[in-house]
Amino acid sequence: MNAKNIDKYTKEPGLVELKYFNLPEGEMFLLESGLKLPELKIAYETYGKLNARKSNAVLICHALSGDAHAAGYYRGEKKPGWWHEMIGPGKAFDTDKYFVVCSNIIGGCKGSSGPNSLDPRTGKPYGLSFPLVTIKDMVNAQKVLIDSFGIKRLLSVCGGSMGGMQALQWAVLYPDAVASCIPIATTYKHSAQQIAFSEVGRQAIMSDPAWNGGDYYEKGHPSAGLAVARMIGHITYMSNESMEKKFGRVLKKEKLGYEFTSEFEVEGYLRYRGDSFVKRFDANSYLYITKAMDYFDLQKDDKLSKAFKEVASRFMVISFSSDWLYPSFQSKEIVKALKMNGIDVTFCEISSDYGHDAFLLEFEEETKLIKHFLNTTHRRQKGHNDK
Amino acid sequence: MTSKRKEDLRIDHKVIGEMVSEGATVLDLGCGDGDLLEYLVSNKKVRGSGVEISEEAIYNCVEKGLSVSQGDIDSGLKEYPDGLFDFVIFNQTMQQVQDPLEAIKEALRVGAKVIIGFPNFCHINARFQIFFGGHVPVTRSLPYAWYNTPNLHFLSVKDFLKFCSERGLVVEKKVFLSDRGPVRFIPNLLALNAIFQITRR
Repeated sequence: MNAKNIDKYTKEPGLVELKYFNLPEGEMFLLESGLKLPELKIAYETYGKLNARKSNAVLICHALSGDAHAAGYYRGEKKPGWWHEMIGPGKAFDTDKYFVVCSNIIGGCKGSSGPNSLDPRTGKPYGLSFPLVTIKDMVNAQKVLIDSFGIKRLLSVCGGSMGGMQALQWAVLYPDAVASCIPIATTYKHSAQQIAFSEVGRQAIMSDPAWNGGDYYEKGHPSAGLAVARMIGHITYMSNESMEKKFGRVLKKEKLGYEFTSEFEVEGYLRYRGDSFVKRFDANSYLYITKAMDYFDLQKDDKLSKAFKEVASRFMVISFSSDWLYPSFQSKEIVKALKMNGIDVTFCEISSDYGHDAFLLEFEEETKLIKHFLNTTHRRQKGHNDK
Repeated sequence: MTSKRKEDLRIDHKVIGEMVSEGATVLDLGCGDGDLLEYLVSNKKVRGSGVEISEEAIYNCVEKGLSVSQGDIDSGLKEYPDGLFDFVIFNQTMQQVQDPLEAIKEALRVGAKVIIGFPNFCHINARFQIFFGGHVPVTRSLPYAWYNTPNLHFLSVKDFLKFCSERGLVVEKKVFLSDRGPVRFIPNLLALNAIFQITRR
């Protein structure tokens, strides 16, 4: 199927439902910090069928504000999952061929264990007693889920933004379990600028009196703080071009009112985005996840190429020309380090005005790349298995 | 499909295919839509990768199942470790890089052998055009006008041979082509294109 013919309104993969995996009762989940989580619950969705050899599984990793609902529709809902245009029959992640899994990250607030889930020891939400988690912990939780399906080797791990960090971490941590890796609009380490934006978001939340040291679940949520954090985030997700195109200096009313209301369209948009975010996201979770991203550093003190020494996956690295939050040069560093290890890598910088958000919008281009890359990987894997 | 492909096959691809050994690791610099790489993968079972600047061309390569990296040749070569490839190919691209001397040096660092195909500036038609026409030559292998040519450097068969001998580079194979096929006689005058395989001494 030609990428141009993607029917954006196709209902496929149709009705989906959120499922849960739990570690057997009494089993603890060990974190990178050395701390232990007394339980582990993972919310996930799957699309397509796992084949008999269990060799057609693709893991999709979501970004900061994403969740396990990557595609399809929940009963009674009109809005599909966040990457619906990419997952389904004939799409980039072709569910006629592949078994696609997406799970909510540990530390998240959409069904997996996180600060807003119940601590079995107290029966109340963890709040700040939930231990800090890392990208590695997210991957290890996903590994537990993948193991539970009996899958030894994933055909691919793919994700954008923080999802890309998880994809990279998978390839580094479990080289034998990943046939191919597709990191999109991401980095191998959070830079000072990226940490700085995270910190401003966290400070916005923590300086909201309602945050109350993270203990707010029985009272009012720190909505004002979380909304500001989201507004800052949104600015970093867009580009100057996309903001100019979308808003320019357009006013909400006919003329200036000379007052401190939101007068420009862009102000109204950010406020709307902030307000709608607080209805679906937990403020503590936002703190934990941004912290996990800040901790992410595959390079450590060594050369980055050393980090990829054991990697056995083939790679497709994708960046976007106007993404200044995770700029192309960071992707190029990844590509260079992979090449230095003789790893099979394809790199494309998609030209787009959408900024960082492009990974959620440039479906046609992403489809052209990912669909064929997966095809090739699948074909080679088959050849590998037949030998 | 294969027979059609053979018919359509550019003669330079065939020549390069004969130079490359079976199952070799190959880097094609400026691989375009990946036609040469695809030919080498299916006919010589090479493990190939490419470097290409155009985004559109990358899509076409990926569709052919090729591994390609978007970037320019000058900086792209720096990203590979010593001796990773058996063959590094510049097919009609060496004359378009900023710094050919550095690019060839780098290609010989990352690859054991380097294959270079380039248009011969001193073909008889070009000479006539300059001498009698008084204008910059436009030939089958140099089809551009001065204002839209991607070529930054112009050289002849003789120039390249001199370059190799001055730099102590070994010319292992050379094939000269006109639009009627191989040229065996006075190539510097009669060849439109030249393809060399060189290596370090």
